[in-house]
Amino acid sequence: MSQSDRWTGVLLAVSGLLMMVAIVLVFGVSPDPVNLQTPVERFSQRIFYFHVPAWWAGFLAFLVAAGAGVLYLINGHERWDVIGLSSVEIGITFTTMGLITGSIWAKSTWNTWWTWDPRLTTAAIGWLMYVGYLMLRGAIDNPERRARFAAVFALIAFLSVPLNFMAIRWWRTIHPVVIGSGSADAQGGFALGPTIRMIFFFCLFTFTVLYFALMSLRLRTEWLARRVEHLKQQLIFR
Amino acid sequence: MPLIMPYLRKVFAIVAKDVVAELRTREMLSSMFVFSLLVILIFNFAFDLRAENQKTLAPGVLWVAIAFAGMLGLSRSFIMEKDRGSIEGLLLTPVDRSAIYLGKMLGNVLFISVVEIVILPIFVVLFNLSARDLPLLVGVMILGTIGFAGVGTLFSAMVIHTRAREVLLPILLFPVVIPVMLSAVKLTAAILDRLPFADVQNWFSLLVAFDAIFMALSFILFDYVMEE
Repeated sequence: MSQSDRWTGVLLAVSGLLMMVAIVLVFGVSPDPVNLQTPVERFSQRIFYFHVPAWWAGFLAFLVAAGAGVLYLINGHERWDVIGLSSVEIGITFTTMGLITGSIWAKSTWNTWWTWDPRLTTAAIGWLMYVGYLMLRGAIDNPERRARFAAVFALIAFLSVPLNFMAIRWWRTIHPVVIGSGSADAQGGFALGPTIRMIFFFCLFTFTVLYFALMSLRLRTEWLARRVEHLKQQLIFR
Repeated sequence: MPLIMPYLRKVFAIVAKDVVAELRTREMLSSMFVFSLLVILIFNFAFDLRAENQKTLAPGVLWVAIAFAGMLGLSRSFIMEKDRGSIEGLLLTPVDRSAIYLGKMLGNVLFISVVEIVILPIFVVLFNLSARDLPLLVGVMILGTIGFAGVGTLFSAMVIHTRAREVLLPILLFPVVIPVMLSAVKLTAAILDRLPFADVQNWFSLLVAFDAIFMALSFILFDYVMEE
C-alpha cells in the first residue's frame, strides 16, 4: 500500500512540475505563429498546446479501457474492471477539456462556439458514447455482470472510433468546403516550426504523465471504495 | 459442410420461432410500421418540407424513421423473452450461444426489413421520388439494417439486465451506429441524385466494413453477455 502511495505522490509531483514548465513554455517561450493575422488569433492559437494533448490523453484513456476490457473478458480479474472504469472516467475528463478548449478557440477564430463540422460532431458523439458507458454501469446492480457488460461496451465503443475518423476523412474529400475549417484543427501542431513543435511534444508528454498520475490516484480511490463496500457487506451479514 | 448444416438449422429454428411468435400477435411489426410512418409525417411539420428542400432532406428523414422504428423492434427483441420467461428456455437449449445471437439477429433484420419494404413505397410517393430507384434503395437499406441490428441485438441482450432497460438501448446504440447512419444516408442521397457509384464507393466500403467488423465482434462477445 505505502509503495503504491509513494508512486502516486511521485507521479503527481512530476506531472505538476511538468505542467508548470509547460505553461511557462507555452505563454513565455513559444513564438507567435506566422500564418495568423490578428492578435486574437495568434494568442488563441496557444490553446492547441492544451487542446490536442487533452484529446490525445482522452484517446489513450479509452484505448487503455478497451484493452482492460479485453483482458477482463479473458481472465475475469477484478483489477481489469477497476482499470477500465478509472480510465473511462479520466478519458471523459480529458475529452471534456478537449471539447471546451476547442469551443473557446472556435469562438475567437470562427466567431462561433460550435459549428456542425463533422469532426466536431463525431467528437461530441464519441464523448456521449462514454457517458453511455457510465450510465450502463450505473444501471446494473450485480457487480460481476456490471464489469462484464462494461468490458464488452468499452471494446465496441473504442472500435467505432477509427470508423468515425475514416468517415470524417471521406466526408472531406466529398465536401471540400469543410477542409478549410477543419484542417487547422487537424494539423495544429505539425505544420509549425521546430520550437513550436518541440513545445507541442513537451505538452503531449506532460499530459501523458498527467494521465498516469490521475490514473494511479483514481485506481487507489476505486480500490478503497470497493474495500469499504466489501467491509460493509461483512458487517451486515455478521 | 456437415458441421455447418446442423448449426444453420438451429439458427433458422430460432428465427422461425420469432417469426411464429410475431405472426400470432403482430404487435412489433404493426407498431414499428405505424411509428416509422409517424416519424416521416412529423418531419413534415418539423422541417417544413417544401418543394425545394424536399429531396435534400429525404435520405435523412428516411433513415431517422428506420432507426427509430428499428430501435422499437430491437428493444422488444430480448425484453419479450425476458418478460415471458422464455429466455431461460432459450439458454437451456443445446445450441451454441452464437447460434442464439445469429438467430435473434436474423429475426431482427427480417422484421426491420419487412417494415422498410412496406414503408419505402409510401416514402417514394410522399417525397415524389422515382420508383426506378427502389431496387438500389432496398439494397442500401438491407446493408444498413444488418449493421444496425448486428450491434443492436447484442446491446438488446445487454439492456434486459439493467434497471433502465429499453431506455438505455438508444443511448448505447445510437452513438455506436453513427458510421452506419452516415454511410447509409450518403448512399441513399447518391441514389436519389443518380450519382455514379465511384463517387460514393468509400461510403459503401465503410458500410460493408462496419457490418462485417461489428457482426463478427458481436458474434464473439454475445457469449460473454449471455454468461449466466
